[in-house]
Amino acid sequence: MNNARQIKHLYSRAGFGIRFKELHDHESASIRKKVKELFKNSEADQHITVVTENIDLRPKTNDPEVKKKNQEDRNQQDKDLNVAWLKQMASSDAQLRERMTLFWHNHFACNINNAYHQQQLNNIERTYALGNFKTLLTAVSQSPAMLQFLNNQQNVKGHPNENFARELMELFTLGIGHYTEQDIKESARSFTGWHFDGKTSQYTFVPRIHDDGQKTFMGKTANFCGEDIIDIILSNKQTAVFICTKLYRYLVNDAPDQTNINQMADVFYQANYEIKPLLEYVFLSDWFYDDKNIGVIIKSPAQLLVSLTRQFYIDYHNPDVLLQFQRTLGQVLFKPPNVAGWPGGRAWIDSSSLMYRIKIASTLLNAGVIDFTGKATPEDEAFLAATHKQQFNVIKRTQAVPDWGRFLQDIPLDMPRIQVAEFMLEPKLNQAVIDEVNQAPDIKSMVIQIASTPEYQLC
Amino acid sequence: MKRRDFLTKSMLASGAFMLPAFLKPFEALAINDITGHKNLVVIQLSGGNDGLNTIIPYCNDIYYQKRKNIGIKVPDVITLNDMQGLNPNLAALKELYDQGWMTIVNSVGYPNPDRSHFRSMDIWQTGSDSNQFLTTGWIGRYLDANRQTLKNPYTAMEVDDTLSLAMKGEYMKGIAVSDPNKLFQTTREPFFKDIVRDHEAQHLSEENLGYLYKTMIETYSSANYIQQTSKTYNVTAQYPATGIGYQLKNVSKFINSGLETRVYYVSLGGFDTHAGQQGQQGRVLKTYADAVAAFVKDLKQTGKLDDTLIMTFSEFGRRVEENASAGTDHGTASNVFLFGGKLQKPGIFNDAPDLADLENGDLKYKVDFRDVYANVLDKWLDVNNSDILGKQYQGLGLV
Repeated sequence: MNNARQIKHLYSRAGFGIRFKELHDHESASIRKKVKELFKNSEADQHITVVTENIDLRPKTNDPEVKKKNQEDRNQQDKDLNVAWLKQMASSDAQLRERMTLFWHNHFACNINNAYHQQQLNNIERTYALGNFKTLLTAVSQSPAMLQFLNNQQNVKGHPNENFARELMELFTLGIGHYTEQDIKESARSFTGWHFDGKTSQYTFVPRIHDDGQKTFMGKTANFCGEDIIDIILSNKQTAVFICTKLYRYLVNDAPDQTNINQMADVFYQANYEIKPLLEYVFLSDWFYDDKNIGVIIKSPAQLLVSLTRQFYIDYHNPDVLLQFQRTLGQVLFKPPNVAGWPGGRAWIDSSSLMYRIKIASTLLNAGVIDFTGKATPEDEAFLAATHKQQFNVIKRTQAVPDWGRFLQDIPLDMPRIQVAEFMLEPKLNQAVIDEVNQAPDIKSMVIQIASTPEYQLC
Repeated sequence: MKRRDFLTKSMLASGAFMLPAFLKPFEALAINDITGHKNLVVIQLSGGNDGLNTIIPYCNDIYYQKRKNIGIKVPDVITLNDMQGLNPNLAALKELYDQGWMTIVNSVGYPNPDRSHFRSMDIWQTGSDSNQFLTTGWIGRYLDANRQTLKNPYTAMEVDDTLSLAMKGEYMKGIAVSDPNKLFQTTREPFFKDIVRDHEAQHLSEENLGYLYKTMIETYSSANYIQQTSKTYNVTAQYPATGIGYQLKNVSKFINSGLETRVYYVSLGGFDTHAGQQGQQGRVLKTYADAVAAFVKDLKQTGKLDDTLIMTFSEFGRRVEENASAGTDHGTASNVFLFGGKLQKPGIFNDAPDLADLENGDLKYKVDFRDVYANVLDKWLDVNNSDILGKQYQGLGLV
């Protein structure tokens, strides 16, 4: 039995796409076997460790030269961390773990000017990406990054700061409409004393600033602490529904299907918020492979960059371009626009970002040129002539080196072009794309053209 | 002349030269279809700007009692009348106020306020009730309502990289352009016309793929028009070297070059001040005021201020009482500012916020933001507000 389409779909959702060889040699494998393999390959939890110093600990200074140096070092750390993760997503065998880390990165959106703490949070999300949601939630909430970002560091007895309590319920667990303003006020009191040690970057509970009075939260009254609040929130099944809705939109389809989501929530809730059984349930469900769910999700910019890099074994001699692309496409990792993260879906696409997306394949794979030999009209030729003049600049700036040899050697020489196109695109081919494919002068031009289509933006 | 030179020159002379044939009717339809040339510029302050520390009720003791640390001291306030004055970081706005180019509306909000940034921003951007969920924005619906005559995405332009919900309608949406040259250059790729060819009927469905093709066709067409038109005007006025300074300078370029855009949308973040508010809010208020002052004075100079209305809002104000970290938590009503040469009632439009009559420590709204929109829609954008807002709002005498 040939499961190529299903396997390709699985890898586009549970990872960052499949390479030609990985698919071609295993087309008859069962879905169950491939799912098992995805989990097995993701058992390794490789931490990112490129940021080794917490710059916040440097002595305070008024010296403008030292201040400037500190800022430059911060920028460098930001860049190093960003690039290290992008490369890890593209090269790691733990594809499912990295794909889920990216999900939690957006779910627990955090934007702070401290790469050391950002890296720590990213590793927490990676460690528990396929583990227990309660453990993950607690570890994230007690991470210096989140304590700082949502001001729980300033949440003290007598003068609560409600920022963390509100976002915990609104964005991390229950979703809007499932708690009251009073619940926010009372739970904020419960989280007083959740603190991190600035020197060691370790979580520590400080009883002195904790409000140990009675609190009434969601109809229950007691001297609650933060852990109690999390228990109460998780005992409400709405938390499972909320997480599963978000996960459904990330893994299955932008348009929520309430029946499927409710099934997922049942599985998640009954498994005490264990993430692995939930994912297995999704990937082994028949509906996951329905036609209506294949090739319909708009890739996030990070996903687009990672999948191109992975598929074509791209080496970046100038990693700065990776940050430039992220900025242009609207998603710089570790810099979400606000506490809700990136909205995703069609919000990724507007006039500017779509045009850059469509150019990105040729920029990375062919120094900014979509090759056009044999088809240009006189007007096009004139334009191409003007463009070619800039080619040197593009090469100099981008310095992205795809391994074409490795990419092409995987593709059997006698393979029909249409089949190559079908492999590269998730949506079904339409006549215009088929025409393009047939008219392209060579396989390399053809591949670049396919990667420059609107279809390629979908997974 | 060599053939290639000729081609290059004619291409520069005529932007339409490169246009795929099927796009041409789309392009030709909308030219000169615009009634009047009034511009609306919306400036969004994201994060919930604390109105009480923006327009300071310096004669109200309750203000200083509730804000022992972060209250702006009387000698620092730039007084406007005997109740309220400007935060000192808004010094640049004083001249606009004195010239009659600024209206301050106090206590603007909506019933049953939502203190979530995202929900409240959605409510402001869609113009919905607080228990109503709309997927289209109020400017998007303005585009929808006029889609027979104003056919182009650039009728509403967001000077940013991404498009806000406010700008998205059911049938039409605005266009996001942070740099017209960059956008133009990105679209001038001969390959594009091949991949958009024949896709109109086939793919312009409601599916994501149809959405991608539709966006591509619209962008291709609009980028050319915006670039060709806007390059005919150079801004000579000085603007501050800030993000919003750069954005408003671009808006000036667009307005002065005669671009047929009716609505511009710009945003500025950094107003979510839970801790250390005075420094943080002060910095962003100054960035805002300096850029707006440069923009208004530039438009006055070029004779466009009478045709331009600038409106500033934030999704909510902050709690009246400061918190323990010298900041404020999420609150309710706040100010809306209007700038322009044709304001009906410049100055302070209504009473200062009533700090003695609060609800759970928050201000009670006195003006529904949709009455502000209604006024702008009726009198400035020439459309019946009920067509856009779903029911008839009374409006205010602002413009």
